[in-house]
Amino acid sequence: MNLQYIADGLLLGATIGLGAIGLTLTYSILRFANFTQGDLMSWGAYLTLTLAGAIGGALSGEVLPLGPFSFGWPILLAGLIAMGLTGLLALLLDQLLFRRLRRHGSAIVMVIASFGASMALRSLLEFIYTPQPLYFTQNLQIARRLGVGIRLTPDQLAMLGLTAILVVALHLLLTRSHIGRAMRAAAENPALAEITGIDVAQVVRITWLIGGALASAAGVMIGLTVQIRPYMGFDLLLPLFAAAILGGIGSIPGAIVGGLVVGLAESLGVLVVGAEYRAAISFAVLILLLLFRPTGLFGSRD
Amino acid sequence: MLDILGYAAFFLTTALTYGLICLGLNIQWGMTGLFNVGVAGFVAIGAYVSALLTAQPTAGRFGGPELPILLGWLAGAAAAGLAAALVGAVTLRLRADYLAITTFGIAVTIQLVALNAQHLTGGPFGIAFIPRPFAGLASQPALFDGAHLLLTAAVLLAVFWAIERLARSPWGRVLRAIREDEAAAASLGKSPRLYRLQAFTLGGAVMGLAGAMQAHFIGFIAPDNYVSSLTFLVWAMLVVGGSGNNKGAVLGAVLVWGLWSASGYLAGLLLPPDLQARGAALQIVGIGLMLALILLLRPRGVLGEQKVVSRHIGPADEA
Repeated sequence: MNLQYIADGLLLGATIGLGAIGLTLTYSILRFANFTQGDLMSWGAYLTLTLAGAIGGALSGEVLPLGPFSFGWPILLAGLIAMGLTGLLALLLDQLLFRRLRRHGSAIVMVIASFGASMALRSLLEFIYTPQPLYFTQNLQIARRLGVGIRLTPDQLAMLGLTAILVVALHLLLTRSHIGRAMRAAAENPALAEITGIDVAQVVRITWLIGGALASAAGVMIGLTVQIRPYMGFDLLLPLFAAAILGGIGSIPGAIVGGLVVGLAESLGVLVVGAEYRAAISFAVLILLLLFRPTGLFGSRD
Repeated sequence: MLDILGYAAFFLTTALTYGLICLGLNIQWGMTGLFNVGVAGFVAIGAYVSALLTAQPTAGRFGGPELPILLGWLAGAAAAGLAAALVGAVTLRLRADYLAITTFGIAVTIQLVALNAQHLTGGPFGIAFIPRPFAGLASQPALFDGAHLLLTAAVLLAVFWAIERLARSPWGRVLRAIREDEAAAASLGKSPRLYRLQAFTLGGAVMGLAGAMQAHFIGFIAPDNYVSSLTFLVWAMLVVGGSGNNKGAVLGAVLVWGLWSASGYLAGLLLPPDLQARGAALQIVGIGLMLALILLLRPRGVLGEQKVVSRHIGPADEA
């Protein structure tokens, strides 16, 4: 048993968890399974890449990587802007499509619409950037020994740290702020929330912004540690759903724990079934979950 | 002239096999309200099972028993139906969108098996030399394509007729009752779960049959044929034509396949070679936009749902 597999699984799981938070939020507040979540991740990564290129071009000079990391500050800045832009993209999608369907359609029609929108978003990326994989940097990173047989690159450590910061910040927002309470109230019972004076439309907008921004961050992390492809987010959709359901729909800590479990299951499952069936492992987790505990580990609502 | 007729026959054959898939989806979605995002997976099962059972034995791959084509088709439909029954048994008791997520997962998994289980499925290279019906006519392409078209149309009509009969039967009425008001149907002693399972299985079997027929007409299948864009195209077809309407399902298939082929032809004509690959992506964006517009502006599709009541009462008035 090699501890490296566990470390890799936790790394992957942190990214899955971050993407799953957006999914679980839209799921609990808007009440539909949003198939575009994965593609928002891809959009975040591509937007960051393009913005970083533009910033680098404007400076027209060599930007040195930050400390031990493979990336310089332009990517960090671009990543932040891209989080906002991806949030706006999600919001735009809601204004153009989902909001209108919500008014008179059933939840399942919104799932159909999101499935179609997901396909269109992904194909648009393929049209603009071609299916060729791209990279944030050409710098190679040397993994460092962390003792007990684990090696991680500085980038991977930074990813773990960033995930932790984002999750804690979001948790505080949801539990301590007014809008966080409003979001939880709307998730619990939208009609009752409306009666008590909560602006549910505002809650919906914030939900899309947060979900899109987190998807973007997760996409950039995958882009940094693996590569950027139009299908990068869509290929993670099944793990995202597995993580969100495992953690219990609507639960932020649940989504992260679910992501870590799914990431570990993938990393360790590969040892059993082989790397080529990696994508099926989260499906197996999902099926077991639906068979034995469909409300998830922390969920209460069916 | 003969070339054009041959192409028209080929085009229609393809469109009608899509129409058959749409009919299967219409049983699940239009009649019962079950959302299946794994259409490509059930089509793939039908195609692979039929191809493997009828093809000649090939070194390094699961040996072919060389069954007659018709048996292959039936086995393909049965296998896809069985897969649908298994998926349904796990998920139909849960909330509706869990079915969507699970069917999405089953399609991904089936594609992985097709891609990686070399000894069973031929891996990324797929299966070639699948026996074709009317192989004796292969030297006369126009006749060959015409025969295919006739056979496809005949199968489509038979399935269409059977489904219409079912929709008008007590069974079909229970399905719609469950779709509209599950609690009311259950209070009349109808088990929603059992009826849904039957509808889901039947729809899956029709998709499998369509996949098997497609495989035998083209003579070659590969895992790349059965990706999410196939599911997406079939959904666009059904939504455009009108969910809940079997004529709409077939009409939508012909319309969308026509748009798809025409836009592909235009892209090939207008785009420079280096943009050709990107043209295909743009086509999908276009179909996605169309799907969204239809859902927003005309959610009942071109034809809308057909009101069906017992034949003893006669045709229903349009509400």
